[in-house]
Amino acid sequence: MTPITPTHYMALAAALFTIGVIGVLWRRNLIVIFMSLELMLNAVNINLVAFSRQHDHVTGQVFALFVIAVAAAEAAIGLGIILAFYRNKETVNVDEIRLMRW
Amino acid sequence: MGEAIAFYSLAALILGLGLAVITARSTVYSVLFLVANFLCVAMLYVLLRAEFLAVIQVLVYAGGIVVLYLFVVMLVNLKRGPEDHADPRRRDRLGLAMAGLVFGQLLAVAIYAFWPSQATGGASATAARGIGNVEQVGHALYVEYLVPFEVASVLLLVAMIGAILLAKREL
Repeated sequence: MTPITPTHYMALAAALFTIGVIGVLWRRNLIVIFMSLELMLNAVNINLVAFSRQHDHVTGQVFALFVIAVAAAEAAIGLGIILAFYRNKETVNVDEIRLMRW
Repeated sequence: MGEAIAFYSLAALILGLGLAVITARSTVYSVLFLVANFLCVAMLYVLLRAEFLAVIQVLVYAGGIVVLYLFVVMLVNLKRGPEDHADPRRRDRLGLAMAGLVFGQLLAVAIYAFWPSQATGGASATAARGIGNVEQVGHALYVEYLVPFEVASVLLLVAMIGAILLAKREL
């Protein structure tokens, strides 16, 4: 069996990122679209940590930490917007979301 | 050999759970698959010798963000299914084709970037400098990246205030 190279990790991250892209483009439920975004951020983190391991340098892990912090902020704000929108429109279907104000 | 077995089983789990997240009919199931996916990614970090990041992944993602998602899913009780109404102008096929394009591009980059040096990657020497992963990350975070670290904390504070303002009924 061949050893696991960074290419393997990049292929895995590419596949996971694509799953996230498919989720964003295909689903109509806003909450599931946000979860797909989290999947994409995780794919990026896998890449960063794989490079950190390959170069034997810790910077990639620090970047992944910042990505996690930004993901937490994004989740809080995004879910707040979803809640505010649901309160006004009673829907989380992106095909019905057309207005920025009401 | 052991690393290969661990990697391939974890990769299969991550991709399968990711597919389950975007295909599950119920949003609650989606969130639960997402927790399992995050835990598998945390195990992958352990495989990559990033133990601190694995702990943070479990704490922040599986412990914090997913609980937030669950709260929202349970607060948003929809009378009709969220996917019932489809805009006739949607282009689902085009979206899938574009996703396939993204995948091909990323895969091409991954293969192209490491093709000549296939043998040198992977089993790089382990960082056994008598200093653990947590110390290394902490040193980098608090010495080299101190300013971005503080900016990230301000970002989290602003996000917290914004989320509270957005979720309040009356200001």
